[in-house]
Amino acid sequence: MYIESKKNNSRQLWRFHGGLHLPDNKQRSLQQPLKTASLPDRLVLPLHQHIGEPADPLVQVGDSVLKGQKIADNSAPVSSPVHAPTSGRVVEISSQPIPHPSGLQGPCIIIEPDGKEQWAELPEPITDYHSATADILRSRIREAGIVGMGGATFPSAVKLNPGKPIKTLIINGAECEPYITCDDLLMQSYPERVLDGARILQKLLGAVECLIAVEDNKPAAISTLQDHLEEDDAIEVVSIPTLYPSGGEKQLIRILTGLEVPSSGYPALLGMVCHNVATTAAIAEAVLEGKPLISRIVTLTGEGIAKPCNIETPLGITASNLIAQAAGYTGKVSQLILGGPMMGFDLATDEIPITKGANCLLAVSEAEAPSPGNTLACIRCGRCAEVCPASLLPQQMYWHSRAKDLEKAQDYKLFDCIECGCCSHVCPSHIPLVQYFRYAKTESWAKEQERREAEHAKQRHEFRLARLERLEAERKARLRKKKGALKKKPAAGKSGDASDGKKAAIEAAMLRAAAKKAQQKDQPKNTENLTSTQQAQIVAAEKRRTAQPEAVSNTTGAEKE
Amino acid sequence: MLISILAITGLATIFGLLLGYANVRFHVEGDPITDQIEVLLPQTQCGQCGFAGCRPYAEAIAAGEAEINKCPPGGESGMLALADLLGRDPVPLDAEHAEEKPKVLALIVEEECIGCTLCLQACPVDAILGAAKQMHVVITSECTGCELCLPPCPVDCIVMQPIKQDSTTWRWPFPDHKHPDVVVKARV
Repeated sequence: MYIESKKNNSRQLWRFHGGLHLPDNKQRSLQQPLKTASLPDRLVLPLHQHIGEPADPLVQVGDSVLKGQKIADNSAPVSSPVHAPTSGRVVEISSQPIPHPSGLQGPCIIIEPDGKEQWAELPEPITDYHSATADILRSRIREAGIVGMGGATFPSAVKLNPGKPIKTLIINGAECEPYITCDDLLMQSYPERVLDGARILQKLLGAVECLIAVEDNKPAAISTLQDHLEEDDAIEVVSIPTLYPSGGEKQLIRILTGLEVPSSGYPALLGMVCHNVATTAAIAEAVLEGKPLISRIVTLTGEGIAKPCNIETPLGITASNLIAQAAGYTGKVSQLILGGPMMGFDLATDEIPITKGANCLLAVSEAEAPSPGNTLACIRCGRCAEVCPASLLPQQMYWHSRAKDLEKAQDYKLFDCIECGCCSHVCPSHIPLVQYFRYAKTESWAKEQERREAEHAKQRHEFRLARLERLEAERKARLRKKKGALKKKPAAGKSGDASDGKKAAIEAAMLRAAAKKAQQKDQPKNTENLTSTQQAQIVAAEKRRTAQPEAVSNTTGAEKE
Repeated sequence: MLISILAITGLATIFGLLLGYANVRFHVEGDPITDQIEVLLPQTQCGQCGFAGCRPYAEAIAAGEAEINKCPPGGESGMLALADLLGRDPVPLDAEHAEEKPKVLALIVEEECIGCTLCLQACPVDAILGAAKQMHVVITSECTGCELCLPPCPVDCIVMQPIKQDSTTWRWPFPDHKHPDVVVKARV
């Protein structure tokens, strides 16, 4: 629908510091219409396609999966599920090469498609999103596995929960990096999806205005979007001047509003949220159709690709397969880059799968990307500082990063560097500045992690020392107690008062015994009921005793018997 | 003349009292520099420095009894941090105190463990779990890789394994391009 009022709005725009006018080389991949990739024999789905915790597999080898079925998830707050891009069978869960600058392998689920494209039961479409609550929409977006598709791969649902009132929603269709055209073609091919997504996000965040920013080197995309706007939309399609890196989140906010996102802050602090157009389109599909994120548009370009094009592909297809579908290589490839020429990274192999954040496969020839030549000494010309879109001092950060003085580098706001590559691009000494900053950043994170681990180890060691000390003290206390108890017993006989008392007792007992004895002597016992013969015997015995006193003992012995 | 003498004496008395009071009021137990040094040490408690742990080494450094290059787990960066803190000249890592090694974790070979509990007693961070005649196991999240459990093991069933690198722990390498001679000479 053509609405005059929505077009040619003259909106005041600002300019961010620095930036570069680069030859955009975008026409190359725009010669052909959007293609659809045919299904390969194998789909390799990395479990870690997003920032945050890797997903855990929910399927096992041999399981049959349906298109759109959730095959991996994690309950961590910053995480995202992975879905099967087509129906088929899980043939392997193993480590495979993943698209990562390290060239390392990562855990992947491998699916063998059955070609039936049979859909799993999808969640109910939320067509009336105006009456749906933000929580319902957010959980739908999370369950659909949607992450930032501009390359950052940050889980969108987390970004949509800013915890601050949001005034402005910014949809980022700037696509400022040379060569890449996937967002351009997406806006041209699926404008209603992008706009639906923008309306859903606007409702979800309660944003009063929505700005879709597109660089003015994409007039077709701008007019297509404007043609699809509706009368009651609070959406404005803003054409911004082409300047790299206007697609950077903070730079785009500066262009559109003139506001600066504070150092190490985030846009929500200014009441803004920024989403990529591809992410927005994926959100529209997830909410309005219930479809998870299982495909994306990838740009295949560069002099090394025979027929550069944009191709809509299921996730998990290998780069080599995708390039073969674009008529293969030309034989002039010197470098295969994932992402754009400024911010992308070299791939060691083309046997890596396409993931949610893979926007471009760039096969450049030697002529296109000549080796920068030998690195020379920094001459302090300051050109890097002139072009830095984050208003940093790259040469200062370079000195400190090179000296591995990470704290000083951080003092120069190392972590505000967006690694756009402008400084390296203009450096007359060909110093790979961004490489130094990447090194310094990862090293700083690792140091911080080490520091935390050391603190933890120290705590545990201190606990251990305290425990050992306590055990030793307890052992000593026990020993003391035992020793004390042992000492007490023999000491009782010797010590003053107690021995006197005992002596007295003994004496008393002896006296009693003596008195008893004396009594026994004086009064003969058992003399009642005696016979006369017995009495006579006693008298005789008494006589003998008095006569022979020394024999008494003997006779008494006999008497007793 | 007299006034100035009195004034100076009075001031001296006041400041003397103030200093005396401050000494009592703000008295610090122990040597705060020891704590600062200890924070920079890796806390593996490995004893490779010749002291019975990181704290004793920190105390020795603070007392000026030990050199700052005796900590292999801290490596060159640790030594530089210490040099920075103490204002001493950086010294290359002591050769006899081993070279820098990649971080490792202890692993008990389960088939060979006899459950003697000797390693449990040796572990400075209580990272080994077990009981007499029961198999022991290393809690990997707590292990600092200090290797102190190796010598007491009577059956040599503990192996040190390098930590496997994945995409989450990977770090960008230091750019390895050659600097031209002028720069190198200027640095030397």
